[in-house]
Amino acid sequence: MRLSGRQISCIRGGRGVFAGLDFEASSGDVLAVVGPNGSGKTSLLRLIAGLLVPAAGSVLLDGGEAERTLPEQAHYLGHRDALKPALSVRENLSFWRDFLGGAAGDAEQCLTAVGLGHATHLPAAYLSAGQRRRLSIARLLVVRRPVWLLDEPTSALDTAGHKLFVGIMREHLASGGIIVAATHTPLGIEARELRMGGPA
Amino acid sequence: MTLIDLANPTKFLALTARVLPWLTGATAILLLVGFYQAAMAPDDYQQGATVKIMFVHVPNAWLSMFVWGVMSIAALGTLVWRHPLADVAAKAAAPIGAAFTFLALVTGSLWGRPMWGTYWEWDARLTSVLILFLMYLGLMALWRAVEDPSRAARAAAVLTLVGAINLPIIKFSVDWWNTLHQPASVMRMGGPSLDRAFLIPLLVMAIGFSLLFVTLHLAAMRNEILRRRVRSLQMMQASQAA
Amino acid sequence: MTALAALIRRDIKIALRVGGGALIGVLFFLTVTVLMPFAIGPDLAVLTRLGPAILWLGALLASLLTLDRLFTADHEDGSLDLIVMGQTPLELACAAKALAHWLAAGVPLIVATPALGLLLNLDASATSAVALTLLVGTPALTFTGMIGAALAVTLHRGGLLLAVLVLPLSIPVLIFGVAASQAAITGPLSFGTPFSILCALSLVSLVIGPFAAAASLRHGLD
Repeated sequence: MRLSGRQISCIRGGRGVFAGLDFEASSGDVLAVVGPNGSGKTSLLRLIAGLLVPAAGSVLLDGGEAERTLPEQAHYLGHRDALKPALSVRENLSFWRDFLGGAAGDAEQCLTAVGLGHATHLPAAYLSAGQRRRLSIARLLVVRRPVWLLDEPTSALDTAGHKLFVGIMREHLASGGIIVAATHTPLGIEARELRMGGPA
Repeated sequence: MTLIDLANPTKFLALTARVLPWLTGATAILLLVGFYQAAMAPDDYQQGATVKIMFVHVPNAWLSMFVWGVMSIAALGTLVWRHPLADVAAKAAAPIGAAFTFLALVTGSLWGRPMWGTYWEWDARLTSVLILFLMYLGLMALWRAVEDPSRAARAAAVLTLVGAINLPIIKFSVDWWNTLHQPASVMRMGGPSLDRAFLIPLLVMAIGFSLLFVTLHLAAMRNEILRRRVRSLQMMQASQAA
Repeated sequence: MTALAALIRRDIKIALRVGGGALIGVLFFLTVTVLMPFAIGPDLAVLTRLGPAILWLGALLASLLTLDRLFTADHEDGSLDLIVMGQTPLELACAAKALAHWLAAGVPLIVATPALGLLLNLDASATSAVALTLLVGTPALTFTGMIGAALAVTLHRGGLLLAVLVLPLSIPVLIFGVAASQAAITGPLSFGTPFSILCALSLVSLVIGPFAAAASLRHGLD
């Protein structure tokens, strides 16, 4: 499986964020998108996720499921956790499992895997920022999708959480997944760097 | 046992656990006696048997205002004295007050059906009670809108006090509005002087319903304290490591 | 199908729990209806005549004002991104969200109508006529209002702007809703004609609403 972008340009709010960007990642690869603030790291991830339309160029996924689009085969872990404080931890996760569909994973098991096994019945409102991030990570596990688009995935995670997450990423790569992560801090996993320039 | 001792929720729970059975019993006896006396009371020469609705209506209408008074004192307790049980008392009182107000409205409208030929009349008194009911519901909605009870408490306290100041103004304006449109055509409940045959059952019912309020209020406060304990236990559980 | 059922279940749960807005809509409906006689006067004959119009206006405002957060809440916490990325067509997801909103916030309005009819001195047949027209007409309000709610995401503001955008769109529903209720109470028009048009308006909005909302959401994300 190969994720590639050719000559992508991104314009937001009349301002060119980046132009003529090429990248490539194959199964088992981690692409770490690095660069200063405003260089378009988040825009690139959202562009791959289909949430932004490129001004020029295209993003392709070769070797995925033919009848599904790239966004439908990708997980996007953004700054915002997509959690509802009024719902319990389990309800939050089972909703995303049912909505994102696919082979239904076991919510309890995934919650235990991210270290939230003790809090499944509690409202998500009671979770700390790090725990909310863990719950979002559980979403990556409960529905299997080959491409993971991670925006600052390790922010708010403590050392133990970071270590746990590295393990989760390794497992994903071993099963042939692709990770594109925008990050300021080292991911803790061997990765190819995609350096974004300053504001164009 | 002073107010300071009661500030400790654990002591409050222990005390109410002892008091509540007695209160419940007293309430039940008084209400039973009251209902019996009300049933035995003679019919009114003008209103017939419908006058008996009064025995339920008047205590409820009285309590609907009294409970707002209780909440206002509790609101002062929250804002001025920062008494730890004040917002528990205020929150527990709101639904009970709303229920009494609702009963006052329903009984009033049931009385109005044979008297006025309609369930509802925009009579000054009924209308004021309806607005009071709306304000109770708004207050309950405010409590529900904020998940953290201690944060909701201050907002609710301010609203309660503003309501307490505004209620007489609303009452006055509604009276004025009503007489503007309907010059004294509506019959008023009760008379200038009540016969002893009505007065005694009415007093018994009033005391009975007041005790009912105290009983329900203490029970609701216990529930609220326990609910908050469950909440903080859950938050502790959430923060503990796996 | 499970995806849509899950979305409907989630939205209803959130609306009914602490912080949810389902019952506040009913309270708003009640308050607006109670305010009307203070402006019009307590004359029961006048209130009876205006009753259906008052109830319809109250229900219109209540159902549109609660729509405000339909998409913005999901946009703010990032859920909307994931909903857009899902396999479920966005149009269907929008329809599911609107349906959930109608079940949680629209149906309570219809349930509350008889009690409010009492306050406006409507008799049983008039109240049931208004309730029936609301049952058929409020879906149209929700599904057209949804377009405004989706625009609110694009424009990064909701509230009054949403009302200004959507209220003109709901004029046809208001006309035929009130006309059908009045016809049932006083005549001389037959109840069937405006009622059928009201049904047609609802059905049309069931189709147009989700498509317009989805189109606006797709362009509104950034």
